[in-house]
Amino acid sequence: MSVLVFTESEEGKFKKTAYEVVSYARGIADMMNTTVTALTINADETSSLGTYGADKVVHLKNDKLAKFTANAYASALTQAAQKEGSKVIVLSSSANAKYLAPILAVDLNAGYASNVVALPESESPFTVKRTAFTNKAFNHTEIKTDVKIIGLSKNSFGLKEAQKEASEESFEPSLDDVHFNIDVQSVDKVKDKVTIADAEIVVSGGRGLKGPENWGMIEEMADILGAATACSKPVSDMGWRPHSEHVGQTGKPVASNLYIAIGISGAIQHLAGINASKTKVVINTDPEAPFFKAADYGIIGDAFEVVPKLNEKLKEFKASNS
Amino acid sequence: MKILVCISHVPDTTSKINFTDNDTKFDTNGVQFVINPNDEFGLTRAMWFKEKQGATVDIINVGGPETEPTLRKALAIGADSAIRINTEALDGFQVAKELSAVAKEGNYDLIIAGRESIDYNGGMVPGMLANLIGASFVNTCISLEVEGETATAIREIDGGKETVTAKLPLVIGGQKGLVEESDLRIPNMRGIMMARKKPLDVKEPQGADTETKAVSFEKPAPKGEVKLVSPDNLDELIDLLHNEAKVI
Ligand SMILES: Cc1cc2nc3c(=O)[nH]c(=O)nc-3n(C[C@H](O)[C@H](O)[C@H](O)COP(=O)(O)OP(=O)(O)OC[C@H]3O[C@@H](n4cnc5c(N)ncnc54)[C@H](O)[C@@H]3O)c2cc1C
Repeated sequence: MSVLVFTESEEGKFKKTAYEVVSYARGIADMMNTTVTALTINADETSSLGTYGADKVVHLKNDKLAKFTANAYASALTQAAQKEGSKVIVLSSSANAKYLAPILAVDLNAGYASNVVALPESESPFTVKRTAFTNKAFNHTEIKTDVKIIGLSKNSFGLKEAQKEASEESFEPSLDDVHFNIDVQSVDKVKDKVTIADAEIVVSGGRGLKGPENWGMIEEMADILGAATACSKPVSDMGWRPHSEHVGQTGKPVASNLYIAIGISGAIQHLAGINASKTKVVINTDPEAPFFKAADYGIIGDAFEVVPKLNEKLKEFKASNS
Repeated sequence: MKILVCISHVPDTTSKINFTDNDTKFDTNGVQFVINPNDEFGLTRAMWFKEKQGATVDIINVGGPETEPTLRKALAIGADSAIRINTEALDGFQVAKELSAVAKEGNYDLIIAGRESIDYNGGMVPGMLANLIGASFVNTCISLEVEGETATAIREIDGGKETVTAKLPLVIGGQKGLVEESDLRIPNMRGIMMARKKPLDVKEPQGADTETKAVSFEKPAPKGEVKLVSPDNLDELIDLLHNEAKVI
């Protein structure tokens, strides 16, 4: 009956989202009077999961799983869910979790709700709140199947400590060649750079910055704040910045604590994708720019004057607050 | 090579989102519907396979008659024929299950779907479909080449990308990158005329079950006024971010 949660790690270390999904699973387990079991794959050290409410850690070490393969990971989760008799499985919204979730759903005959933002509203019927229409609305969805899969939106639940002593158990699911039908040839990952998916703060630039040569100050601000850099769609379409930085309805979603938009007008498609961010700041010369209606804080001013000054102030602030 | 492109019929990105019937139904009043943007990137990539590698391209949608103009548009862009499974799309599983019947029957080498549709953002149809028909599956696909029986794809991952190979049949969840924005095609007069004569086959559904139910909708609470800070008083912004919003 235990709620099963997949706690993702990278190079053996848990991501913050792993603690968030455990916190959330703890919440559901408390509602249902049951326990939380976390499945880890090739994680080094797992005691930290107890801090956020895991009762048990099922630990899988297998070199064949060093690279993510959706079918093999889904199969491991399926076998863990069956072993634990889990009725609820909680996943994050990482690219890998979103990749394996539908595969898992078919394997377990489970209904799957993605982009869930809160604990279930009721247990029977089992109803969750999720975002829809790319953050322009919420949708209350009932999962009707016996086994249920929840994909939790990043940064929607937060971390909640519960201080459990998690027991540990190793786990060796049987994996066949069919689970490795996708061959990973190479992985090209930026190092030493915060990614939009993991970032607490995102600094984003738009067409108002005039050209790629002006991104130095954006990168500097991101450096000072430990933030990821992002951009509006036309900026990536013109090749000023890579597509991977394109955020919005047709790009990446952003759900950071702080989103700073510089020289971005705030078109509906842009706002849809970034609206889940908690605090939004806009810097724009045009007081009529629609972003001012979506932002919490705004500066009407020229980015080329404001941003370098703001960077200096932020440096001072960081120096005296660290 | 036989290609099937899954087309979701969605509100235009500029649509105002409202609900009717006690917030249980999406209000289509005055809403323009378009090909789901992620699907359009995939369709355009399919056109490349058609023109460069002689592929045939069918398109498919699960939906009522109201989706036909969207299918005609995809035909005008260049798809060869269309299939509409005549039933309301109720949840991701039901749609995947309906698609799987046609996908199996048609023996497609490649099935191109979008990473997610921009209306319900479920992000599950491609993966479920692949699993139901036992095909390989690559999600968030930003590049795709096919040679013989093998596909080489690039998948976007958090903070980078990954190059993979897979045997056909393959299902992808595609997105921008499969082709560039500037590669997207606007149907011309000739395409529109030709599309009228292309087959649009209406199939009756299998009657697949649903696993989830969209019970109701709600709009986000209205936003408070923006706090304006003078460009000459940036310390105030830092103070607000630190002490009020507590985000730095
Ligand atoms: C189907 C579809 C999907 C789309 N999806 C997305 C999406 O996912 N993401 C996205 O971003 N867009 C998307 N768009 C595009 C969207 O409609 C806008 O065109 C785009 O967001 C505008 O980008 P921008 O704000 O950088 O540029 P603009 O709208 O040109 O705005 C530039 C802003 O910079 C300001 N500015 C100029 N100079 C300065 C200066 N010196 N200092 C400060 N400010 C300055 C201007 O006042 C202006 O507000 C989509 C469009 C369509 C049709």
